[in-house]
Amino acid sequence: MDILITGIVLGGTYALIAMGLNLQYGVARIMNLANGEMLVAGGFAAFWLYTGAQVSPILAIFLVAPVTFVLNWLIYKIMLRPLVKRAKTRGQLEADSILATFGLAFVLVGLMIWAFGGDYFSYSYLSRPVEIFGSNFGLNRVVAFICAVVICGLLYLWLNHSRAGMAIRAISVSPSSSGLVGIDVPRLSAIAFALGGAVTAMGGALISTFLTLDASTGVLFTMKALIIVIMGGVGDVRGTIIAALILGIGETMVASFIDPGLTLAAAYLLFILILLFRPEGLFGRRLT
Amino acid sequence: MLRRHLLKLSMAVAVAGSFVAGTAFASDPIKVGAVAPKTGPLAGGAAVTHWPNIQLWVREVNDRGGLNVGGEQRMLELIEYDDQTNPQETIKAVQRLATQDNAEIILAPYSTGLNLAAAPIFHRLGYPQITSTTTTDNAADLSSKFDTLFFTLGTNSGITGDAAKVFSDLREQGVIGNKVAMVNVADAFGIELMASAKPAFEEAGFEIVYETSYPLGTQDLSPIMKAAKAANPDAFVAWSYPPDTLGLTEQAMIEDLQVGAFYTAVATAFPLYIGKFGDAAEGVLGIGGVNTESESFKDYAARHKEVTGQDPDYWASGMMYATLQILEQSIETTGTLDRPTLIKHIKETTFDTVMGPMKFDENNSNPSFWTVGQWQGGKFKGVASTGREGVVPVVKKEGWK
Amino acid sequence: MRFSGDDWRHIAIAVVLIAIAALLPFGGNAYYLSLGVNIAMYTALATSWALFSGPTHYISLATAAFFGIGTYVTGIGIETTPYPMLLVLAALAGAAVAALVGLATLRLSGIYFVIFTLGLAEMVRQIVTWWQNQAGSKGTYVLTNLTEADIYWQLLGLCAIVWATGWLIGRSRLGFALRIIGDDETVASHSGINTALVKVALFMVSGSVAAVVGAMIAPRYVYIEPASAFTPMLSFQVVIMALLGGTGRLWGPLVGVIPFTLLWEVISSSFPNQTTLLLGVCFLIIVYLLPKGFVGLLQKIRMRASGESARDEALA
Repeated sequence: MDILITGIVLGGTYALIAMGLNLQYGVARIMNLANGEMLVAGGFAAFWLYTGAQVSPILAIFLVAPVTFVLNWLIYKIMLRPLVKRAKTRGQLEADSILATFGLAFVLVGLMIWAFGGDYFSYSYLSRPVEIFGSNFGLNRVVAFICAVVICGLLYLWLNHSRAGMAIRAISVSPSSSGLVGIDVPRLSAIAFALGGAVTAMGGALISTFLTLDASTGVLFTMKALIIVIMGGVGDVRGTIIAALILGIGETMVASFIDPGLTLAAAYLLFILILLFRPEGLFGRRLT
Repeated sequence: MLRRHLLKLSMAVAVAGSFVAGTAFASDPIKVGAVAPKTGPLAGGAAVTHWPNIQLWVREVNDRGGLNVGGEQRMLELIEYDDQTNPQETIKAVQRLATQDNAEIILAPYSTGLNLAAAPIFHRLGYPQITSTTTTDNAADLSSKFDTLFFTLGTNSGITGDAAKVFSDLREQGVIGNKVAMVNVADAFGIELMASAKPAFEEAGFEIVYETSYPLGTQDLSPIMKAAKAANPDAFVAWSYPPDTLGLTEQAMIEDLQVGAFYTAVATAFPLYIGKFGDAAEGVLGIGGVNTESESFKDYAARHKEVTGQDPDYWASGMMYATLQILEQSIETTGTLDRPTLIKHIKETTFDTVMGPMKFDENNSNPSFWTVGQWQGGKFKGVASTGREGVVPVVKKEGWK
Repeated sequence: MRFSGDDWRHIAIAVVLIAIAALLPFGGNAYYLSLGVNIAMYTALATSWALFSGPTHYISLATAAFFGIGTYVTGIGIETTPYPMLLVLAALAGAAVAALVGLATLRLSGIYFVIFTLGLAEMVRQIVTWWQNQAGSKGTYVLTNLTEADIYWQLLGLCAIVWATGWLIGRSRLGFALRIIGDDETVASHSGINTALVKVALFMVSGSVAAVVGAMIAPRYVYIEPASAFTPMLSFQVVIMALLGGTGRLWGPLVGVIPFTLLWEVISSSFPNQTTLLLGVCFLIIVYLLPKGFVGLLQKIRMRASGESARDEALA
């Protein structure tokens, strides 16, 4: 039982890491390799606010979100829009965006090192145990999980029950057709990208309560996020959530029953199997 | 009459002044090259142990007027490079320092892997490579191939052997039983320590009731801690890296793991550790340790804090600074920067450093190093060493406050 | 296969250039030699990468996985097996893993393949370290008498082999099939070309070359650790260099490797504290200004030049 809960809580963490990327790739078609760095930046902000001004990371989210929203919006408009305009095929945009965001990742790491130095940073927030069904769990992880549920839930509701959300979902299905029905694709893509970045940074702020980060750890998170987004199928929030949960529970089961040393191998195996039987991911659409 | 005296006096002063001014401006600075990670996976560790010591040393030497090289005072000019935790970059940077920058001193890089990758080129160019962040059991082979390579931080077998001894002592005192849970991070250092520790602990009569390895960067260590707790161990040992050292300690607190001895490896000795856990860190064992009563170390720590703004760590920081002192003393004693002369001097001399006296054995290795430390009263005191003075008794871990 | 007069000319030029390159260690400057080793290494990696990714337009980020496998083959076998045998073993290991991966990922389209290959290095790394852990490894040391010059010549030789292979493939039926696949995959498969087999075969070539490069570089590392053997950075650097040069031509990647390596060196040496930041800025500049790489730039210049001369003729 506690394996299940641990797995679900871990899945929540993973969902936080991957949700933003799903928005950025699914809608704006940008395979953002700087995703992990945005996460670490959110973590840095939370660390700085907590150790400097005693601001709880939960509250810090409300400061981090708007700032990173604007930052990502600017990144899209200035850096990525020219690539979108230039790309003649979807494949070319993906290739270009991989390279461009890789460069962006370097830039962000460089900026963070310049601003904060290369040290590890870690702080203790809510690192008390909480008992659920007879087993102990870290309160900080559980709180992060609850926040993840709230954030993902809000996103899902917004995407599925608002006009803007519907427009965004339309773009993720087919940008060209969406343009034909009067959806302002460039504007909404920028908003989706910005929103994705903000969600990632919020996730980073929450994760920093229980993980040790430094300026160079972004790349680990990017890889996890990429696996989850692809596994879940691009463009659908549900896919990311389900994939994150599957991954969280799967890894925990492997760690508990088989060998913690094989968790990533198992995650990868899961990834391969899902893609073998459903090459477009769990909830993805077959590309025409 | 008075005027003539004054004239002579002022002329004498002027001549003397020009002598002083002459010597102060006549010497070129000594170019000192340093290459280590500023980005990449090891940047966090280098930022604590490596770069601050270099900053401290250069500042202090220059405040004194520079190094005295055969009567000439020469200031130090530091040239830094970031090798991005990539051995190929380390090699290139050392090459660059030697041939393009004409560095007369090149400081040893950071970490076992990067130092060993640079060893052939240090050897070919003949620069002394006095490492402070390299641990290896292969000093004999390595130093016979690269006689410019020196080791100060010790051996893996020393670390694990002494850990087994400390735990045996605790068992003899009745503090712990003989059941140990032992885990390791699946990276080179963790794997090697585990490979060396398992037989050491088993030989000491311990039963390993739970063992596993986990990948570097594992985000959730709670399954491991839960499984370890379920095996009912008397003691817990983790051959871990900074992120998991912190993670496992936090998990132990959450699970309220009741063991008489709790040991995590790298970063237990970092200021970051006590900063995060405070009183709960009391009694935690780790690699390293220092003689906290040693005046020279206390003085060094104070200066470190003053110049760099951060505390030194209690494992390799002091060793790193000691290697810089060894270089400095060798240069000033032999009066030259000639590398073969320096190397010969380094091999033969006992040096007086912040860590105490240091002499290299026939394998270019320092045989006396700190192996196990314990947080006692907010200080990471050395409880076991292979020959350092100032060992204090080890105490029981009394729960998690 | 018959070679035309043009072909012999090309072969002669290539041989002369390679012979000149082989003289580098005799120049006496160890710094340039170490740069040369880097350039030779990346050229071998980038060219073999382009052999696969150029025609198929699949961006593979698996280079680090194969490279790592190669370094470990040397690392583990150096005490017991003769060195040349290690290179052969590495090539076979790389080809085998590439075959497995290739067959497993055939049905994946573009981006899925990219992400899959990115994670591959991590997964292989985990498996290798897990196995090392089980075996109780006491450190993987590679102590040999190979000098920088030896490593340089080996890599240069490997580059020559890769170029020869690429050149021969281009002139063979396989190359013909590749061009059709590149133009229109549906047509290719309808014409009876086994597109799947072709792709896997090429992937095997690039995988085994990357593994051999890793095996050759292992002596330079002296101490093999998973982090430096399987660094994901390597995969990205290879991709960027190949794309910078352009994958349309066999010599494209070389034209990308050299300026990129030199640029990297200039930035690392001049800006030690902002290395990462400036490298990122340079990547961005490259992506924005040179979408088709130097090869593309060259083609544009040539087209403009011939366009102008055609116009001049028309006006005359």
